[in-house]
Amino acid sequence: MSNESLIKSQGKKAIFAGLKRETFDHKNQSDYIKRFRKGLTRELVEFISKDKNEPDWMLAHRLRAFDHFNNLPIPTWGPDLSALNFDEICFFAKATDKKGGFKSWEEVPEDIKYTFERLGIPEAERAVLAGVGVQYESEAIYHSLEKELSDMGVIFTDLDIAVHEHPELVKKYFMKCVPPNDHKFAALHGAVWSGGTFLYIPKGVKIPKPLQSYFRMNAMNMGQFEHTLIIVEDGAEGHYIEGCSAPKYGSQALHAGCVEIFVGQGAKFRYSSVENWSRDTYNLNTKRAIIEKDATMEWVGGNMGSGVTMLYPCSILKGDGSKSNHLSIAFANEGQIQDTGAKIIHIGKNTSSRVTMKSISKGGGASIYRGDVKITKAADNAISQVECDALILDPISSSDTIPDMKVDNETATVNHEARVGRLNEEDIFYLTSRGIPKEQAEAMIVNGFINPIVRGLPLEYAVEMNRLIELEMEGSVG
Amino acid sequence: MLKINNLHVSVDNKPILNGVSLTIRPGEIHAVMGPNGSGKSTLCNVIMGHPKYQITDGDILFNGKSILELEPHERALMGLFLAFQYPKEISGITLEEFLLAAYRAHQKHSNPDKPPILVFRFKKMLRELMEKFKMDEKFAERYLNHGFSGGEKKKSEILQMAILKPKMAILDETDSGLDVDALKIVCDGINQLQSDKMGALIVTHYHRILKHICPDFVHVLKNGKIVKSGGKEFACKLCKTGYENI
Repeated sequence: MSNESLIKSQGKKAIFAGLKRETFDHKNQSDYIKRFRKGLTRELVEFISKDKNEPDWMLAHRLRAFDHFNNLPIPTWGPDLSALNFDEICFFAKATDKKGGFKSWEEVPEDIKYTFERLGIPEAERAVLAGVGVQYESEAIYHSLEKELSDMGVIFTDLDIAVHEHPELVKKYFMKCVPPNDHKFAALHGAVWSGGTFLYIPKGVKIPKPLQSYFRMNAMNMGQFEHTLIIVEDGAEGHYIEGCSAPKYGSQALHAGCVEIFVGQGAKFRYSSVENWSRDTYNLNTKRAIIEKDATMEWVGGNMGSGVTMLYPCSILKGDGSKSNHLSIAFANEGQIQDTGAKIIHIGKNTSSRVTMKSISKGGGASIYRGDVKITKAADNAISQVECDALILDPISSSDTIPDMKVDNETATVNHEARVGRLNEEDIFYLTSRGIPKEQAEAMIVNGFINPIVRGLPLEYAVEMNRLIELEMEGSVG
Repeated sequence: MLKINNLHVSVDNKPILNGVSLTIRPGEIHAVMGPNGSGKSTLCNVIMGHPKYQITDGDILFNGKSILELEPHERALMGLFLAFQYPKEISGITLEEFLLAAYRAHQKHSNPDKPPILVFRFKKMLRELMEKFKMDEKFAERYLNHGFSGGEKKKSEILQMAILKPKMAILDETDSGLDVDALKIVCDGINQLQSDKMGALIVTHYHRILKHICPDFVHVLKNGKIVKSGGKEFACKLCKTGYENI
């Protein structure tokens, strides 16, 4: 065992001892939600903007996006979304009236603190992380950033705050990577977005430690529309992580977040996320990066929860010599559809992309890899490599691969490999014959399967990922 | 003590074992020999609880209790160990990680109140044993049996046995695929555990392992039945004449 994984197995005890699925599905009393009605109207969009005291340009942006939302159709090329009822969703809620979050942990109200403590956030912060921006409902309530980072000129704050404090930067980049007319959910997001993270790393600044934010959806039927805007200037480097865990409710909730990342010339950026929304959530996320000359973008993602997930992080390899690397895990359990993948557009010369996808299906769950690789006419010598591995744990679950490749330049090298495996009785027998119980043996095999991706995550997230897999494996009939 | 009574076993309704009886006391070594397809591997797997076999008659008792209803891991925790003929390759799990999990499972079973062994202590113990078995310590950090040669896999099985210290070991063709030096190392490992009162069932169809390990009893298995048994002298005779004509 490597040192890293040994620490991993020990660290797991310290942080996740006694943690059960219910911890993630635990909910706090939320009476404030009654103050906001369901459904989406022009008045609500105006109300959100007014409530946040936004500048006119942002209100204009929201209203334009709202028009697009009304005109765009619901996408029908993927999982069935017909049960999604916009009139039943609450598009805006606040957990606290205090603007701008809390500066220290002590200021955070007890019930909110309790939720986070059950999720191990304070430990996570103490142990590894340089700064914390946590989203509770629609507004960040807690923020801290090490002084050394702000001294370097790094801005790491709530996007709502950035709209007021850094309007020139926000205005220049906000929804320029994912325009509101991109698709219906991007338009919806543009109209009702609230909260999220703003990260700006100036030219040449290299942040050694990962920065983290934790999202959590807590009020019934509440959509979460957080926006992550990241600007990495030329030659800068950083790593940002988001983790999501939402409690379980009886009727459908919608998550339509948006992540935009601008990676400057020669810059390097890694975006990691562990998403574990509750089973009644539609997770329809849009994540996209524009990568300039000689820059590198890395996506690392784990999708565990949600009823329906549609998520295809996109890399636009705009500059010559730019690179992107997509690493992703999807776990589809009972009643879940994990429709995930990657989208890559090669524009610059000598660009390269690599996709490694690991999916697990169990208890009747369906995992689908949907990939889209485009090599444009100008993209000489582009290289794209896609690898999909699926593990199916029982006969009632399924896995599918839907790759789409459009190559308009004959110098391109494009490769797609897909493999499907099943949990092998002989492997289980081998592990159990040494005294390891069957459930643990199965979890070990599944964790081993995703290990190549998990080991790229920071320690705390690797531990959480492994722990979540173990929770999913509980009570499995192999 | 392992006691097999009139064991009948089928796979997909095809009978493989047709009434095998065998008793192995602590510290005894029994060798089971026989041609390919005689049911040797089936016997090993059934003792350990492989789910694919149906037991149609008879019983297997360990320390006086029937183990037929027990899961493989429960049998392992009682002190049974199977060294596989073809150890599985499992990616993503290192040998060390796997063995630590197994060791801790045994620890938890025998001493539930004792805290689990510290990782660094386990590492040290493992490294020392690996040195004894002349295994590169890098193997500990490699995925389980991944890219191991045939001989390395067999050594790894005996290493696992040495870590888990079973009361009863079943060795399924452990000698095949080993060169002369490796065979000696593996046999030394088995002999040492045997001197600590471990019983062993050694399944083989070569005689050469018997040059290093002296069995107390030798049984010849043919068509799912033990057709002849004998003591040490019989083993020596078999070494010379072979079991084909028995």
